[in-house]
Amino acid sequence: MHDQNQILGYQPGTSFIYQLNATTKLIFMLLVSAACMITYDTRFLLAICVFSIILFKEAQIKWSQISFIVKFIVAFMILNLIFVYLFQPTYGQEIYHSRSIIIHAGYFTLTIQEVFYLFNLLLKYICSIPIVLLFLLTTNPSQFAASLNKIGISYNISYAVALALRYIPDIQNSYWAISAAQQARGNELSKKAKLSQRIKGTLNIIMPLIFSSLERIDTISTAMQLRRFGSKKKRTWYVARSFKKEDYWVMGLSVLSILIVILLWQLNHGRFYNPFM
Amino acid sequence: MTEPIITFKNFSFKYDSQAFPTLQDINLTINRGEKILIAGPSGSGKSTIGRCINGLIPNIDTGTITGECLINGKNIKETDLFDLSFTTSTILQDTDSQFIGLTVGEDIAFALENDCRPQNKIRQTVHRWADKLEISDLLKQAPQSLSGGQKQTVALAGVLIDESPIMLFDEPLANLDPASGMKTMALIDQIQKELNATVIIIEHRLEEVLSQPIDRVVLVNDGKIIADKSPNDLLHQNKLEDIGVRSPLYLTALTKAGVDLDAIPDLTSIKALPDDEKIGQKLQKWADDASLTSKKEEKQPLLELKGVGHRYNHLQVNPLRDVTATINKGDFVSIVGQNGAGKTTLCRLICGFIPNEGKILFDDDDLSQYSIKQISEKIGYVMQDPNQMISQKMIFDEVALGLCLRGYSKDEIKDKVFKTLKICGLYPYRHWPISALSFGQKKRVTIAAILVLEPDVIILDEPTAGQDWKTYTEIMSFLKKLNEQGKTIMIITHDMYLMMEYTNRSLAFADGKLIADTEPIRLLTEKSLIKKASLKRTSLYDLAHKYNLRDPNYFVRAYVDSERTSQNA
Amino acid sequence: MKKQGLSVKNVVAIGIGSAIYVILARFTSIPTPIPNTNIELVFPFLALFAAIYGAKVGFAVGFIGHTLSDFIMYGQTWWSWVLATGVLGLIIGLACKKLDLKNGIFGIKQILLFSITQIIANIIAWIIVTPIGDIIIYSEPVNKVFVQGISATLSNGITILIVGTLLLKAYAGTKIKKGSLRKED
Repeated sequence: MHDQNQILGYQPGTSFIYQLNATTKLIFMLLVSAACMITYDTRFLLAICVFSIILFKEAQIKWSQISFIVKFIVAFMILNLIFVYLFQPTYGQEIYHSRSIIIHAGYFTLTIQEVFYLFNLLLKYICSIPIVLLFLLTTNPSQFAASLNKIGISYNISYAVALALRYIPDIQNSYWAISAAQQARGNELSKKAKLSQRIKGTLNIIMPLIFSSLERIDTISTAMQLRRFGSKKKRTWYVARSFKKEDYWVMGLSVLSILIVILLWQLNHGRFYNPFM
Repeated sequence: MTEPIITFKNFSFKYDSQAFPTLQDINLTINRGEKILIAGPSGSGKSTIGRCINGLIPNIDTGTITGECLINGKNIKETDLFDLSFTTSTILQDTDSQFIGLTVGEDIAFALENDCRPQNKIRQTVHRWADKLEISDLLKQAPQSLSGGQKQTVALAGVLIDESPIMLFDEPLANLDPASGMKTMALIDQIQKELNATVIIIEHRLEEVLSQPIDRVVLVNDGKIIADKSPNDLLHQNKLEDIGVRSPLYLTALTKAGVDLDAIPDLTSIKALPDDEKIGQKLQKWADDASLTSKKEEKQPLLELKGVGHRYNHLQVNPLRDVTATINKGDFVSIVGQNGAGKTTLCRLICGFIPNEGKILFDDDDLSQYSIKQISEKIGYVMQDPNQMISQKMIFDEVALGLCLRGYSKDEIKDKVFKTLKICGLYPYRHWPISALSFGQKKRVTIAAILVLEPDVIILDEPTAGQDWKTYTEIMSFLKKLNEQGKTIMIITHDMYLMMEYTNRSLAFADGKLIADTEPIRLLTEKSLIKKASLKRTSLYDLAHKYNLRDPNYFVRAYVDSERTSQNA
Repeated sequence: MKKQGLSVKNVVAIGIGSAIYVILARFTSIPTPIPNTNIELVFPFLALFAAIYGAKVGFAVGFIGHTLSDFIMYGQTWWSWVLATGVLGLIIGLACKKLDLKNGIFGIKQILLFSITQIIANIIAWIIVTPIGDIIIYSEPVNKVFVQGISATLSNGITILIVGTLLLKAYAGTKIKKGSLRKED
C-alpha cells in the first residue's frame, strides 16, 4: 500500500548535479522555468527540451524513480490540450494570422496553426519538467531552505519550507496509520463506496490528522523558541555550502537563457515564433 | 559554596485559561550545582514549575503571577524568553518534537544557527559535543531513524552546546526502554559532574531517577510543595503513594516482609541497605510463607502466527521477519524489546494494516482472505496516541461510530454503546465532548470504541507510556478486568514491572526477530535475553541477590502474586 | 519577538500546514460523477487553517503547500493556480479575527460570516486571479480559462461551504469550557 503512494523526494547520489550548490540549482531552475514560461518560441522550447533530457541522462536517474509521475503528467496534459482545442479551435489562426485547414468540421475545423499552437503549449508544459524533477531528486531539503534564504527570502519563510519538507513523511505516516485505524472501525474508503460515504470516511481521517497536528504545532514552536529561533534578524545555516567554479558557470548559463528569450522577443516581435508568415 | 541560582518566593501562578491557580505559594531555593528531582502526579503542577524555570511562563503561557521567581538573578516577569534560554537549557519530554533539523548534525546546530554564529564555528562546536557524547557517526542520519536512547543523547547534545548553567529535563524517561533509561540517567550524572551545572529533573518515575545520586527531591501535589528533602528522608517518610507516586519496589517489598524502614539509615539504593542477616531472614520467611496461586487452564489456540514478517522498504536494516507464535484464548501477552525492534509492525500486521509475508490463522481461519474491517471484528487495535483515533466530538458518537458504519439499528446501537460505556466506567460522561476528558479517560474512550465491536483479541500499543502511576493503575486494572471477562489482550510495553504483574506471557523482540516467547519472569532470568532486548531486571531481583535469598525468581513471583491479590481485594 | 512580522508559532503553522496540504492534496481528492471534477478536501482544510491562524498563514500555507504538491506530483507547477490558492487562504484568513474561533464560538452569525467570506474568496481566486494568470503566462483561450474558473469556484465553494463549516464547527467544539459539564447517572 505504501509503495504505490510514494511521494517524490530527495534521493542521495553522487553525480555531477549533486555537487552543485543548492542555490545554483534553485536559480537555474527558476530562471529557466521563467524563460520557458515567457516565450512561445518553438526553437527555444525544443532546445531546452533536448537539453534537459541530456541532463537527466547525465544525472543517472533511473526511469523507475520517475515513471509514475511522467504517466500522471502526460495524462493531465492531453486532457488539457483537448480542452483548449474544444473551447477555441480557431485560437491558433488568430495568433499566427493565417489559416491552413487540415480537417473541415464546422466549429471543430482543425487548422495547421491550431495544431502548431497546441504543440507549442505542450512543449511549454513539458520542457522544464525534467529540470524540476532533477532539482527535487538531487537537492537536500535543508540546503534548499538555506538557498531560499540566500536568494533573499526571509529566513522565517525559508525555515517554514524546510519544516514542510521535513514533516511531509511524518504526516504521511500519520495519515496512513489513521486511515488504517478508521478502516478497522468500518469506514469504507475504496472506490466502491458511495460518494457521500467516501467524503465522510475521509473526513474521519482528516479530523484526527489536523487536530493532532495542531498540538504538534504548539510543541514544535515551543521547542524552537527555547532554542532561540527568531531571536535575531538573521541566522546562519549549518548545511549551507560555498560557491565553486562550476556554480558560477551554471548560473551564467541560466542568465544566458533569459537573455536569449529577450532577444527572441525582439526578433519575433512578441512571444510567438511564427513560421507561417 | 551555597549560592542560590533559582528562588521562588511566595510564588503563585494562574493560567489565563484556568479558573484556579496551578501553583500556590511556592517557596523553593535551588543552589548552583545541585541536582534536584521534582516529582508528583500528573496535573500536580510539577511541569508548571519547569515552565517558570525556562521562561515559557509568562512569555508563552500567559497568566497571573504573584510573588517572585528569580532565575540566575533575573526576575522571570521581566526577562524575555531568549535571554533566559542562555541560562536554562530544556530537554523536552517528547524528543521527537524537539527534533527540528533534518539530520542530527543540523539539529544539534539549531541554537547556534539562530544565534547567527559563523558556520565554521558551529561545525567545530557540533563536532566537539558529538565526539564527547559518542554520536559522531550519527551526524548525517535523520533523528527519526534513531533508537530511543540515541534520540535522548542527541537532544542532550542540542542543548549542551549552549553550556548554560541550568539544565532542565522534562520527563526524560517517558519514551525510553528500560536499559536506555538507565543509560540516560548515567549520562546526565556524568555531564553534570563535568560541567558543574545545576540539574533539574521532572519525573514521576522515582526509582529510575534515584539509580543515580540526587541531592534533593521536591514533591509537588495539587500545586503545592509538600516535601523538599533529601531522597533518604523522603523515602523514610513513606507518603509517596498517598499522592500517586510509586515508591521504589524494593522498599514496598521490605515493608511487605515486615522490615522496619525507620531502622534502616539509608534507603536510597539497594547497595546502601545494611548487610543485615535479619532482614534477609525476614524476606526469606515472607517468600516461604507466600503460597503461589497457580492457574492451570486448558489452553486453546486462538491466533497462530506462521512465518510472519514485513519490510517497509529496501533500505530498512532489520525488518520484522519470520515470527512464529501461538496466542491462546484468554492470554494476556506483553510484547517487549528495544525501540524499533518491530513490535508495532507486528501488531499492524496482525490487524491487516500492512501486507504480510507469512500466514496468520484465527480460529484456524486464514486472515488473509478478510478485509481490515472484517478482521477488526475479531481483533481490535488501539493506537498509542488516542488523539490519532478520535474522529468524533462526543463520546457517545465516537463509541457508536463502528456500529453505525456496520448498519446496526438505532436501538441496538444505544444498547451496545451504553453497555460498553458502563464497562469502561464512562457512562456518567456519555454526553460529554471528548475534548473535556483527561488522557486516561480518552484512552478508555478509544478502548470502548474498539470493545463495542466485541472482538476476541484487543491489541494495545503502549497503553501506559508517559502516564503517572494513578492513570497507569486505572488503565491496567481496567484491562485486567477485561481479561478476566475472557478477552485475549496483547500490549506493547517498556515497563518491566507491568509486564510481570499483569501479563502471563511475553514475546521479546530484537532487531526484527522474535527472540523469546515465555513467562515474563523467566524472560528476566536470562542475562543474554535481557541485554539483547534492551530490558532491565526490576530491583526486586537485586534485593533478593543482596540478601542471598534461596530462589530470587520465586521471591519475585511471590511479590507479584501478593500485589495481584491485594489489587483484587 | 512580537515586533517581527511572523511569530514562531506562525512559522511552524506554515511549515506543518504546508506538509498537511501536500498530503491531503495527494490523497484526499475524491472524483465525482461529473467528469473532470474532483472534490478537493484540501480546500476546507486550508479554510480552517486560515481561520485559526489568520491571513498571513492562510496565504503562505496555500502558496507553499500548492507549489510543493504540484512539484512533487507533477514536476511542474501552474503558478496562476498556486497564486489563487494563496489568495483564497489570505481572504478567508482576513475573517479570522472576527470569527474568534479560539473561544469556541461558532454560531449562526459566524457561520454566515464564514460562508460569505469564503464565497467571495473563491470568486476572486478562481474567476479573477487564475484566468488572468493563465492568459498572461500560458496564452490560453479566454473562454476556456473562465469556464474552468467558474467550475472551480462552484466545486470548491460548495466543498468549503459544507465540509469547511463542519471542520470549523468541530474545531470550535474542542474549545468548549469544561465548567459547564456535569456527570449523569
